[in-house]
Amino acid sequence: MSRIDAALRELRSLEALAARDTPLARVDPRAKVLVTMAFIVTVVSFDRYSIAALLPLALFPMALAALGDVPAAPLARKLLAAAPFALFVGIFNPLLDRAPMLVYGDLAIAAGWVSFASILLRFALTVGAALVLVAATGMHPLCAALGRLGVPQVFTVQLLFLFRYAFVLGAEASRMTVARELRSCGRGMALAAYGPLLGHLLLRAFERAQRIHLAMLARGFDGELRSLWAMRWQGRDTLFVLAWCAYFVLVRAIDMPLAAGRLLLGAA
Amino acid sequence: MHMADALLSPAVGGVMWLASGAALAASGRRLRRNADDRLVPLMGVIGAFVFAAQMINFAIPGTGSSGHLGGGLLLAILLGPHAALVVIASVLTVQALFFADGGLLALGANIFNLGVLPCFVAYPLLYRPIAGDGTSSRRVALGAAVAAIVGLQLGALGVVLQTIASGITSLPASTFLLLMLPVHLAIGLVEGLATAAIVLFVRRARPDLLQRSTGQRSLKPLLAAFGVAALLTGGALSWFAAQDPDGLEWSIEHAAGAELAAPNTATHGTLRRLQQALSFLPDYALPKARAEETPAESSWPNVDPETSLAGLVGGALTLAVVSLLGFGLRRRR
Repeated sequence: MSRIDAALRELRSLEALAARDTPLARVDPRAKVLVTMAFIVTVVSFDRYSIAALLPLALFPMALAALGDVPAAPLARKLLAAAPFALFVGIFNPLLDRAPMLVYGDLAIAAGWVSFASILLRFALTVGAALVLVAATGMHPLCAALGRLGVPQVFTVQLLFLFRYAFVLGAEASRMTVARELRSCGRGMALAAYGPLLGHLLLRAFERAQRIHLAMLARGFDGELRSLWAMRWQGRDTLFVLAWCAYFVLVRAIDMPLAAGRLLLGAA
Repeated sequence: MHMADALLSPAVGGVMWLASGAALAASGRRLRRNADDRLVPLMGVIGAFVFAAQMINFAIPGTGSSGHLGGGLLLAILLGPHAALVVIASVLTVQALFFADGGLLALGANIFNLGVLPCFVAYPLLYRPIAGDGTSSRRVALGAAVAAIVGLQLGALGVVLQTIASGITSLPASTFLLLMLPVHLAIGLVEGLATAAIVLFVRRARPDLLQRSTGQRSLKPLLAAFGVAALLTGGALSWFAAQDPDGLEWSIEHAAGAELAAPNTATHGTLRRLQQALSFLPDYALPKARAEETPAESSWPNVDPETSLAGLVGGALTLAVVSLLGFGLRRRR
């Protein structure tokens, strides 16, 4: 399977997850967007050596994945696929920042390893939350929510068009590359073939856009997209936002894992 | 290269969000004023084209490796910089949402590095003057190559500055630049080759399509983005630094020592930090400075067995509780 087909399957699988009726899917998409942004800001606001203090925040993506019935395996696969850049930048911390920070008997752990672990944890939390948001909301409600939250329509409409035609042009690009591969005996694509191949794809895209525009005009398009689907903000949405934000503030203000650890050690 | 949430501080992430937001808003207003409703489906479909094109590799002559298109510069050439910025921003958003590339907070930084810089710096200042009216294929190819290389170098510089200013990594700016810039020189060359190959094909097959973007020139989104970024870097960073002097501020304090301590008025502090944040090659990260830093680091106040153990035990406990809650919620359904 080509890379394009794999990417399209990923798009489709997340969108299919969002199409189901789960407790989380019934929450207003605006509430989910607001809470997710608050979550991400909370995570990155911790200082660079936080590990244990960040852990209570893992409740958010885990609870949302549970309420939205989002399977863990595809999320983990996506996390691994996206990890290299954070890994690449983070791995220098243990090499450069060697001052001891944590001491367990004779074992001292350097500050660099602590901040490296913190980077990986932040990465998993922020990216995991964003993926759960999409898997529990879907592209159309998400764009509608962004529009209602003040994102200009030119951008939300662009997102929806891109999402719709990624499948169409992706399938076309996939057919073209497969056709070339079948005729080239395993050789890579030379630049002399690349230009015309993508150029033709681009010309088809221009022509398709023209047909779409005519079809839209024929259906009364006047520069604005309208939707019959109405969002209703209910009391439980307010509760959802307030409860999670209160939890984030609590976790940010009090290092609960440290307090719990002290309590346990003191009791023992 | 996509910036990641995990490497950003809220101040830097927020500044880049506002900067990219300002540029997007300015471009959006410009598009609405032109009121060409053909652009609505065209931008969507061309965005889908870039999305697919990013996944098609071509063989790089003489190296055995392969490369692919990024698309920022190509979009600016085909659609003009304003529509191009909206399109590239939408592509980056879909990548952040569905493929975990970057992240939602880092999206602002990514739109700036991969959208604003190629569309409003590399395209108008390099591609347009070099390519001229587009009648000479050699000049078009040269313009695409130069603009793509410079655009990606600026983007890599952006990633480095944003990472260093966030203070999550210990990587000194000079080392990070030495790692990023040569890699992006190669990526920029590939981008230039791919862009030139496609533009030259379109120029032969449908020269009328390239007429669209000529004529209108405005640097307003660029000025908006840079203005917001500059103002907020000064304001927000100094505020955060006052709260919690870590990373950049912290290493500067240690590298510079007490004799550089300036008059401690608020205005002076803000300006000093603004200047630090905007300086191009901050020299505080040179080896000498790091050597001076080490004694301070070894007396880190947190080296305390009791805190270490409490953190470990409490962390394990938290993880257990959170996992139990997560699985409990799953079961209940």
